[in-house]
Order: sequence, then structure tokens, then C-alpha cells
Amino acid sequence: MNWITRGVTVAAVTAGGVVVRRVLTTRRRGHWPTDKQVGAVGAAAKDEPPRWYVVTVNMQLDEVMPAGQLPEPLAELGDAIEVQVRPAPGDKGTELAARLTDGEPSGVGGAVARLTGADPRQDVRSALRKAKQLLETGEVLSAHSPPTAKSTLLNKPLELAIDRSAGEGRL
Amino acid sequence: MKALCWEGTNKLAVQDVPDPRLLNLQDIIVRVTRTVTCGSDLHLIGGYIPFMKSGDVLGHEFIGEVVEVGTEVRKHKVGDRVVVCSFISCGQCWYCTNGLYSACDNGNTNPGITDVMWGATPGGVFGYSHAMGGFAGSHAEYIRVPYADVGAFAVPDGVSDDRALFASDSAPTGWMGADLGGVKPGDVVAVWGAGAVGQMASRAAMLLGAERVITIDRYDYRLQMTEQYIGSETLNYERTDVGAELRERTGGRGPDVCIEAVGMEAHSPGPQFAYDQIKQQLRLQSDRPSAVREAIYNCRKGGSVFILGVFGGFVDKFPLGAMMNKGLTVRGAQQHGQRYIPMLLERMQRGELVTEHLATHQMPLDEGPEGYRIFKEKVDGCVRSVFVP
Repeated sequence: MNWITRGVTVAAVTAGGVVVRRVLTTRRRGHWPTDKQVGAVGAAAKDEPPRWYVVTVNMQLDEVMPAGQLPEPLAELGDAIEVQVRPAPGDKGTELAARLTDGEPSGVGGAVARLTGADPRQDVRSALRKAKQLLETGEVLSAHSPPTAKSTLLNKPLELAIDRSAGEGRL
Repeated sequence: MKALCWEGTNKLAVQDVPDPRLLNLQDIIVRVTRTVTCGSDLHLIGGYIPFMKSGDVLGHEFIGEVVEVGTEVRKHKVGDRVVVCSFISCGQCWYCTNGLYSACDNGNTNPGITDVMWGATPGGVFGYSHAMGGFAGSHAEYIRVPYADVGAFAVPDGVSDDRALFASDSAPTGWMGADLGGVKPGDVVAVWGAGAVGQMASRAAMLLGAERVITIDRYDYRLQMTEQYIGSETLNYERTDVGAELRERTGGRGPDVCIEAVGMEAHSPGPQFAYDQIKQQLRLQSDRPSAVREAIYNCRKGGSVFILGVFGGFVDKFPLGAMMNKGLTVRGAQQHGQRYIPMLLERMQRGELVTEHLATHQMPLDEGPEGYRIFKEKVDGCVRSVFVP
């Protein structure tokens, strides 16, 4: 796996600019994919760097980051994230990965942040999905509007799930 | 505009709702001229897929006329007659460019829901719950169609609305079952379900060269229709031992390809049905998979089973042992319609694929709730209710 990870760095270097800076000045150790210790559990796991969130864009690396520039809206997250890219195997395009530089919320605070939409992980997932859509299709697909459905007490949980959907999921 | 809306479990009503508008540059607005019920709508209407909101517009299989065009639309212009694939797919992601349109990465605006349910998110679907993007459906006077250059197709001259309508979903879904099920010349193919999708799967298997095609259902009127318009053999599972019949008709081997076109509310003879229904009502399983079980059990060793019926969650008593020990290939998919629709329209134009008989009932949209009632209860010889908004 190491050579692949180094490959990432090389690819990022050739892409130049912003990505190189982000990769090389990161305060955290470890590459993507995360080189976690096998069997790391409990307290040890808390010291691990945040997880990488990754999308695969069906384009070549230089199209994903022309002149080394991060795609929007990922770039808007600024120093809150670090980013790595690499070609996807099997001619599947380019893998675009991001993670939070200052760690992730956890515990009760993390759960509350997820429910209230204040979890920075939601920003990362949403930005990755939008960046992929912008690159591949040229625009971000809008949800149906104006809505035809009524807001009721019964569908409040579903409405919450819909509101959070762009920033949640298994990405 | 008028639209047929879901108002709660088993409650439908025609309501006034806001007109759709162009939201993306690749959108078109279509004036719906025909829109048809589908068996999978019944899962939504019956509350089996709990991602509906009161007021959601149903319908995903339709044809119409283009009335507005986004600035990035290249293939269509105002006035074009188009049939639209029920799946909303971008045409650019890896899945779309590999023909797996229903697995599109970009067509579903609510990825967080389906990611958790299924481990990944398929494309969006018109009128098919907020799990599939929450897009307004086609049982309305107008509909917004995203990614129009990918999902909308001009209908050739000489193909009637009543025929082309089924190129939206039933025909490509059925074709996909036979195609990806691997039907080849000389095969014996069994199809569970003689609804529109099952009939289309049977016809596709015949056109792909199957030696024998056997369609299975419990409604005689559907089986008679299948014999008359599709030309396959039929079996009524309430009057015969399907397994014994299939063995007899296949030299004891079993069908080479088994296509399931029934879905999560399957019926079956014997105590199996009561068992599944009770578990489903108690929410101990979300889907009733009896036709899938039958297909796997009766398929020949090393054969292929394709699941076309819509399933939403979890099933019980899945015959994993039969699948594994017989060495079956089991596959399923929502329809990759964009890959098949142009070819199907050509076949419709040549008269190789007829579908008008499926539209057993045609009525104004105002009669939508009644159209669904007769469709669900399968009365008056109903196969599909078509609404004319």
C-alpha cells in the first residue's frame, strides 16, 4: 500500500500548487488510505487521524485539478481540510479525498452536531459530492422545487433526513 | 396544475400543486400526454417504502411534449414528442458511461438516505419517494425532466403514444432482465409475473432467441393476454405444480434463465404466503420474496436468475443453499433504460414489440384514485391504468 500512497504524493506534486502545499504542510501524520495500526481499538483509536472521505470522479487527474487548483466548492473549505488525489485503478477516473485538519466531533457533541447540521463532516461530504457533480456534469442537480408535499408532524423525521442527506451517508 | 398525490397509506387524491419550473440548465419541462400506473407504485402507496410525504406526486412511466428547454439542452426543442426514462441519470459518471444508468452517482439528491439503506446510492426516479431523490412524478399535467439529453428520447414517427409510453419503463426493464440474465439462442426461459414488465421480459427473451419462454402468473386474463400478444407459453401457479411443469418442459433440467418480475408484494400458493404476509405486516421483514425463492429453486444448475421486481429492504428464508449448491448466477437491477430505449423504439416502429394491449384502462387524471384501485385489486381485466392529464 505504501507505494500507492507515495504515488498519491507524486501525483499531487505533478498537479502542483494548492494540493502540494496541503499535502506537505499537513500537521498530521499518515497518508491516504489511512495507515491505521491493525487491531487499534479503544483509547489508541482516539489518536488516529480523521478518516478520509473519498469520491471517484470520472475524469483524468489533470481535469479534476487543472493547474493544481482544487475544484469548487471543495476549495471554499480552505484550511479546514486537507486533500489528496490519485488515479483510480481500472480506468475509473480520479479518486478525490478530503479530511478535516482539526479532527472530528465525537460523542454526544458529535451527535448533536449531526442533528443540527453543524457537523463539519457534513460540509466535507457535501462539498465532495458537489465537486464531483460540477466536474462531471457541469452543475449541481437541484432537488424538486417548489415542493408539492405538506409539512406535517409525522413527516418531520423524514424532512430532517432529507435536510441532512447531502452531508450524510457512507461517503 | 393538477396532479395525483399520495396523501397517506392507501390514500390518493388529485390536488392542485405548483407548476414545475426549470431548475438546472439541462432540464426540460414536459407536458404529460400519457402516464401509467406501475406495480412498484403500489409499494409506495401501501406504505411499504416509508419515505413518502403527504402531497408527493406519483408516477414514473410517461410520455409527453417538450414545452420548455434549459439552455444546456442540445437534443430537444419545444414541441418534440418524447418518451422519458423513469430513472434520472447524469450520463457522465463512471456508472452511466458503462451502461449502468440506474446506478448513476449524480441523479439522486438525497444520497444520505440510500447510502445508509443499501450501502450506496442509485440514481433518482420520478415520483418514487424521497429515498430516490424526491422528484415530482408524472401523474400531473407537467413534469420537470433533469438531464434531458440523457433521459428523454424523441419518439419516431409511426409509433403511437400508446405504444411508446411503455418504452419509458416496462419495456426496457423487461429487456434488461433477458439481456443481463444472459438469454441466448436455444435457452428455455421462465418468467414469474405476467404484468407489463413480465410480458416485456418474455417478449425480450423470445426476440433474443430463446427456444421456449414460459410465463407464470395466477390471473388467467393476464396469461391469456400473454399468449395472445407476446406468444409465450404460460402456467397458472394456482392450478398446477409449477416446478413439476418446468421440469417436464425442460427435460428435467429446469429453465436456463429465470426472470422474476413480481417484487416485494408477491403472492404464492400454500402457507408460504401467510407466513410472509404476517412477517411483513409485523415489520419482521420488509419484502415478500416468494417469486425469488421459486425462481432460484427451479432454475437449472449453473443457470441464471435475474430479479426485476422491486425490493426495498430485507427478506426472510432466502434460499442461499440452493443458489450456492446449484452454482447459480443471481443478479438484479433497476432499469438501465437509457441503454435500451432507442433500440426498443426502433423495434416498436418495426412492429416487433407491441405494447398497446397493456393499457387495458385509459382515463382522465381526475380518475387516478379509481385507476389505482382497479389496478391494485386486478379487477375488470386490468393490467395497467393509463391516465391522460
